[in-house]
Amino acid sequence: MSKAVSALNGATQNGAVTVSDTGLRGMITLRGDLSGTKIKSVVKSVTGLAMPKLGKIAVDGDNGLAWMSPDEVLVMVPYTDVAAAAEALTSGLKKQHVLVVNVSDARSVIRVSGAGARDVLARLTPVDMHASKLTAGDLRRARLAQVAGAFWLVDDTAIDVICFRSVSDYVYGLLTMASAHDAVEVFHS
Amino acid sequence: MLILTCPYCGQEADETTLHAGGEAHITRYGPGSSDQEFEDYIFARQNPKGVHFERWQHAYGCGKWFHAARCTTTLEVFGTYSAQTLEPPKEVTDLLDEKRPGWSWGTLK
Repeated sequence: MSKAVSALNGATQNGAVTVSDTGLRGMITLRGDLSGTKIKSVVKSVTGLAMPKLGKIAVDGDNGLAWMSPDEVLVMVPYTDVAAAAEALTSGLKKQHVLVVNVSDARSVIRVSGAGARDVLARLTPVDMHASKLTAGDLRRARLAQVAGAFWLVDDTAIDVICFRSVSDYVYGLLTMASAHDAVEVFHS
Repeated sequence: MLILTCPYCGQEADETTLHAGGEAHITRYGPGSSDQEFEDYIFARQNPKGVHFERWQHAYGCGKWFHAARCTTTLEVFGTYSAQTLEPPKEVTDLLDEKRPGWSWGTLK
């Protein structure tokens, strides 16, 4: 089998903030009734995390659980474990009305880190990026300039952005342009 | 800018992240209905100046469809509510009674 690489292949730019490709990440779309006890216990056994509440993400190292909609979570695991995790979800939720799809190679994850990270995103998305409205652990699905994307605050100075692989070059361009050297005024610090 | 709060994910979604779905609470007339009923179901739409009920989809967000009550002249939003309903909830109509006394819209009031 050919060697898997992420769409941006580790690209990094140091401007007013650092924009860097986080590389390959295992991602599984799981749709179903998220309030069920069975689904909660199965995702817990796969990721070690509890089902996140509305608009939240639970992260632990490479593992993560992101609330995407009332009936969808994004299960994140290390890239090498994704096939096993998808299999564990499928077999664990047998006879349940759910959908499990490995979408690892269909997405890109880009990290924006630095004091002006919020301001970089604020230039590209209609989401209110103010510290009083968005804190660590909050996830937003919204628009990044002309394409759909999702992002969450890792901590106060780092934001992880997810987009489709096909537009990852565009999103990387947006983020690097919006954070070109000296271009970011830090309103939120 | 029109900003609606999605009742499913609770986020403030602005117009550019939404997809407009046209008039809300339309009764479907299919096989067995009269020609006039079917024509009205397909084509007849209200175009009010003032209170309006609409369907919207949180296209760039959670992807869910929902209902919104708003004013077409001021863009004031009276409320958003679930798509799984045939009529607006009481808190929305109560707010309309308070803010737009004597309002009327289609078959509602």
